Amino acid sequence: MTAMPDTPDIPARPARKLDTARQRQARVAGWVLMGLAVLVALVFARDSAGMAVFRLSRPNDPLALPDLVVAAAPYNYFAAALLAFLGARQFMRGGMRWTSLSLGLGLFIAVTAFLVWATAGKAFSLTGMLQATVVRAVPIALGGLAGVLSERVAVVNIAIEGMLLAGAFTGALIGSLLGGWGGLAAAVAMGGVFGFILAALVVTYRVDQIIAGVVINLFVLGVTSYVSSQVYQEYRFLNNAPVFAPVKIPLLGDLPVIGPVLFNQNLFVYGAMVMVAVATYYLFHTRYGLRARAVGEHPRAADTLGINVYRTRYINVTIAGMVAGFGGAWFTLGSVGRFDENMTGGRGYIGLAAMIFGRWHPVGALAAALVFGFADSLQQKLALLQTPIPSEFLAMAPYIATIVLVAGLIGRARPPAADGQPYIKE
Amino acid sequence: MDVELRGITKRFGPITANRNVNLTIRAGEVLGLLGENGAGKSTLMTVLCGLYSPSEGEILIDGKPVRFAGPGDAIAAGIGMVHQHFMLIPVFSVAENVVLGVEPTGRLDRLDLVTARAQVRSINETYGLEVDPDALVGDLPVGLQQRVEIIKVLFRSAELVIFDEPTAVLTPQEVEDFFKIVRSLRDDGKAIVFITHKLNEILEIADRISVLRAGEIVGEGDPKALSEADLAEMMVGRPVSFTVAKAPFAPGEVLLEVDDLTVLRDDDSLAVDRLDLQVHRGEIVGIAGVQGNGQTALVEALTGLARIAGGTLRFAGGDITRASTRERHRLGIAHIPEDRQRTGLIPAFTIAENMVLDTYYDERFSAGPVIRWDAVNRAAARASIDFDVRTDSVFNAVGTLSGGNQQKVIIAREMSRDTQLLIAAQPTRGIDVGSIEYIHRRIAEARDEGDGVLIVSSELDEILALSDRIVVMFRGRIVAEFDGNDPGISRKAIGLAMAGATA
Amino acid sequence: MSERETEAGLAESLLRRAAPDRSEFEDLVIVPIFAVVVALILGALTMLATNVDLPTIGKSYLALVQGSVGSLNALSETLTAAAPLTLAGLGIALGFRAGLFNIGAEGQLLVGGMAAVITGFSFPGLPMAIHLPLALLAGAVAGGLYAGIAGWLRAATGAHEVILTIMLNLIAFRLVDYMLRLPWIQREGRADPISRSVLTSAELPRIFTWLDPNLRLHLGIVLTLAAVLLVHWVLFRTKLGFEFRASGAGPDAARYAGMRAGLLIVIVMACAGALAGLAGANQVLGVLGRATPGFSSGIGFDAIAVALLGRSHPWGVLAAGLLFGALEAGGRQMQVSAGVSIDLIGIIQALIIAFIAAPLLVRAIFPWGFRRAAKTPKE
Repeated sequence: MTAMPDTPDIPARPARKLDTARQRQARVAGWVLMGLAVLVALVFARDSAGMAVFRLSRPNDPLALPDLVVAAAPYNYFAAALLAFLGARQFMRGGMRWTSLSLGLGLFIAVTAFLVWATAGKAFSLTGMLQATVVRAVPIALGGLAGVLSERVAVVNIAIEGMLLAGAFTGALIGSLLGGWGGLAAAVAMGGVFGFILAALVVTYRVDQIIAGVVINLFVLGVTSYVSSQVYQEYRFLNNAPVFAPVKIPLLGDLPVIGPVLFNQNLFVYGAMVMVAVATYYLFHTRYGLRARAVGEHPRAADTLGINVYRTRYINVTIAGMVAGFGGAWFTLGSVGRFDENMTGGRGYIGLAAMIFGRWHPVGALAAALVFGFADSLQQKLALLQTPIPSEFLAMAPYIATIVLVAGLIGRARPPAADGQPYIKE
Repeated sequence: MDVELRGITKRFGPITANRNVNLTIRAGEVLGLLGENGAGKSTLMTVLCGLYSPSEGEILIDGKPVRFAGPGDAIAAGIGMVHQHFMLIPVFSVAENVVLGVEPTGRLDRLDLVTARAQVRSINETYGLEVDPDALVGDLPVGLQQRVEIIKVLFRSAELVIFDEPTAVLTPQEVEDFFKIVRSLRDDGKAIVFITHKLNEILEIADRISVLRAGEIVGEGDPKALSEADLAEMMVGRPVSFTVAKAPFAPGEVLLEVDDLTVLRDDDSLAVDRLDLQVHRGEIVGIAGVQGNGQTALVEALTGLARIAGGTLRFAGGDITRASTRERHRLGIAHIPEDRQRTGLIPAFTIAENMVLDTYYDERFSAGPVIRWDAVNRAAARASIDFDVRTDSVFNAVGTLSGGNQQKVIIAREMSRDTQLLIAAQPTRGIDVGSIEYIHRRIAEARDEGDGVLIVSSELDEILALSDRIVVMFRGRIVAEFDGNDPGISRKAIGLAMAGATA
Repeated sequence: MSERETEAGLAESLLRRAAPDRSEFEDLVIVPIFAVVVALILGALTMLATNVDLPTIGKSYLALVQGSVGSLNALSETLTAAAPLTLAGLGIALGFRAGLFNIGAEGQLLVGGMAAVITGFSFPGLPMAIHLPLALLAGAVAGGLYAGIAGWLRAATGAHEVILTIMLNLIAFRLVDYMLRLPWIQREGRADPISRSVLTSAELPRIFTWLDPNLRLHLGIVLTLAAVLLVHWVLFRTKLGFEFRASGAGPDAARYAGMRAGLLIVIVMACAGALAGLAGANQVLGVLGRATPGFSSGIGFDAIAVALLGRSHPWGVLAAGLLFGALEAGGRQMQVSAGVSIDLIGIIQALIIAFIAAPLLVRAIFPWGFRRAAKTPKE
């Protein structure tokens, strides 16, 4: 706690010990970490026998790394001790300075302890799981990025789900007719169209932003479901698009672990990484990014300076739609080549959570999406390891984690000041 | 640059904000635009700076008619405005705020903040403004934020600068500094419009005065030939008395006792720092101070809205430190919040509903879980008459009323129940003179009947007119105390205390 | 004396309500009619675009009408479909009134339905007069508690209820999948996830079988009407309802007036969840008789649309619920007799909401029929 600088002419009174919000938060974090320590020690460590083998490379990789072998029980006791130390640290003087870092580190340690426990006595491909993590993070990251782009100009975008679905549908349909690139272009364009419609509804027709988003979601779900049941049943060739194959980047793709995870993926993974980088540059380092953020923070101030609030919102929300359309194409052109009813299955909403979790920052949204992707792939791979935990509970884990994170860590994150408010010129 | 407004009329639906206004503004001259709240001053100037387009009439610059499609055109024509509510983005730095809209850029549209900072520094030096270009605007005190607004206008090479109620947020000393800046701009050949409702200021700074009433120009004149009383009569349309009639000061026992109170802001910084304060029955205590020195947090702590980090509150002999807002209401604490649109009223609710916003649970208005709307509506009609709320039905939404009438709804709600202590924050901010007089009279009556009153206001004139005792808050502490009934009270001393110097 | 009289007269005049003006009438009556008509026309265009010929389009709209209001059976189907939509819609409307956007009706419906099913098959031998209310209560309480989690987290930590309820929906789906495989819930001798059947003593009895034994309409519709009346009474007549509405329309003013914002959020969410849970109970006890994965079949999401369409007013929600129920029942008939996918109904529903939520849009499309476009809002 920093005391206010005293002006010389006011006699300073002795500072009093105060119970501040940050101290309370630090204590809560301490209890959480202690709880994790107990969990790891009593459940994971006691029940871990033998060695956990993590495979890092396939045998025929050019730069093969040896397997990572961990003695399960000792590692987990060590992890529990570490967690207990981090937890205890929270109660000591200055603990609150470390709250976020300790909590993040603690969760990471707990996850590794869980992995070691689940793998104990068996072998498990870590690289394979990380690769799946990145792949599964793509639509969530792109959905989150679409959210960032529109909420930075203060338009709440519940419609991401619908835009993803529209992109997936259009990608499959046009991809079947014109090939992968044509399908991709059409998916991006269709996403843009729905972005534009959202902008028109909320900016020009002043529909409540959440209602407009819900309407778009319902509409897209209706149209795509209708067409796939009415048309695709009969004309199957309209729903049979080519799939973008992984492209290995020379040299980088041969690196152990990092190569297969980051540099031997398909277009959508590279696209997502580039878009996050470009969006970060755009929002925080360019003239138009500054203006866009100004519109999101204080539209009236932007207006007085001659910035066209309506046009800025139209442009950014349309671009957000295009990003979501690209992300939607991942479902069809990036994985199965075929559209199924409601195949996005709520990824757009998780993208929205990733945006909030990522504090309205493109890189933050990407990082949050990776966390979701990790949980997602973990659940799938762990089914192979036959842990005693029912697979439904593993499937719930990312959602429960989201709730914990949203409630605990970022309860105070600050959205753009004008988020969700219509701007009425006069 | 000379600017002429010719026959400007501005309508919003059925409401006419400005009617056939003619005005000339000349280079190297300060035009004082005087009018009470709601007279249409701000609307008129918003038309001039391109934010609104006039319904009728035209604007001429150096004799040539111009049309502004938006604020961008007005800026390009050399018109700049410092708005009453600052048009600054708190999370941006000073340099970012200044260049927004006319940003220097490099390749790939990259923002050139190095150039921006240098430009801010050079304006700083020319006019002696001393603002750090890298500071976050939200971290600056309001006085400095105003300078950022001035830098913004100068950065766009404005030849006509409009100041809308610029002194509302400043201490008397800061006002002096601000006037120096205005004079140096004028001597630099710029045309200045100075909008205010404060008579003493306009007489000091203006070279020429125009008075606006109910959207029309009702008088013009030379400040040297006019007195405050002349101007007040022009502004309001009838003679105005600036003093509030009160019974002789006869304080009773201590009603509210604040001991060692500490309140924290959200970021854990100190908003109120170990503050002691007493309010007696039959006494009006006025809290003077520049906005943001802990007054809001103090009021919220007194009314049970903010968490108290330390210290005790005693009211009428009992400890209320941990009492809830509702419990304090029932004990007889009335609260007029500072932001009537957000915290005082629910604009979408009817007058009747707003009249019982904090008394609906009272047995006068409810039976068991059910609200007796009939009783509510009758009481609301009664209170509307008693408290001079001008409306044709208690079922009208409060949001459709004028600011003065909205404030009277709050006054009616808070004062038509049995209270002992009235806490009023900015009770007359932004409302017309008639309503101000009425509300002041009501507050004085409450005190004469033996209630304790605590008033927080950023208008020093209001504090001086009402208070029996004046305390000055600075950085969460009380730094000075004055006798409000002392005829020789020194504005200058209060102003110094508001700036942090102890008397 | 006379002054007194004029004052009394003035007070009386202040108590007069202004007659509803024409724009209000337009918003409440004309705009919805336009919305439905335009949505149907656009639906027809969609069919045309997907190669459905004109006679079939005519046939399908005829089937839509016949299947929803064309016969006693159709009316029964409409009302059966409308009941859960209205119940869940009321819950969401309550949230909207209090400024909360509860996307979680689907999850609350699932949890409530599961609780009702479990209660429904667990107590053989209980008389109906106890068993049925108990099963309904279990549904409402479970839904209320489940939504209460979101309310409590929102109140205690400030986490956004939209994210919380979305996550709780996803969790509820997995939870139902898991529970349906538990040995004491899963039907004996079945490998697929399906629950035991609700006992007759816990079923919502059909109420018009004396007219025609095939009519499926059950007691749930009475329950629904009672809920509409109750919500209306709470919202507009009670202190609690006043607090709900105040914290929705002016959260800061409500807090300044001494209302306890956090507690209210929890109560509102719990009430909304209870109504959604009741909707789930209504489905399993009145229509399905058992639980299967995803037995909510999107009712919780459609209910959002119902609440929006009904302008969060209990009577409006009932009207919207009936409209959506009719579309649902008619859509099934349409699929059977004209071979047009029932998913078309989803498009029509979305379009209706779009037009109703955007009166400015409707006025822009149809400049005639309205006295004058609302040009500029008051400042």
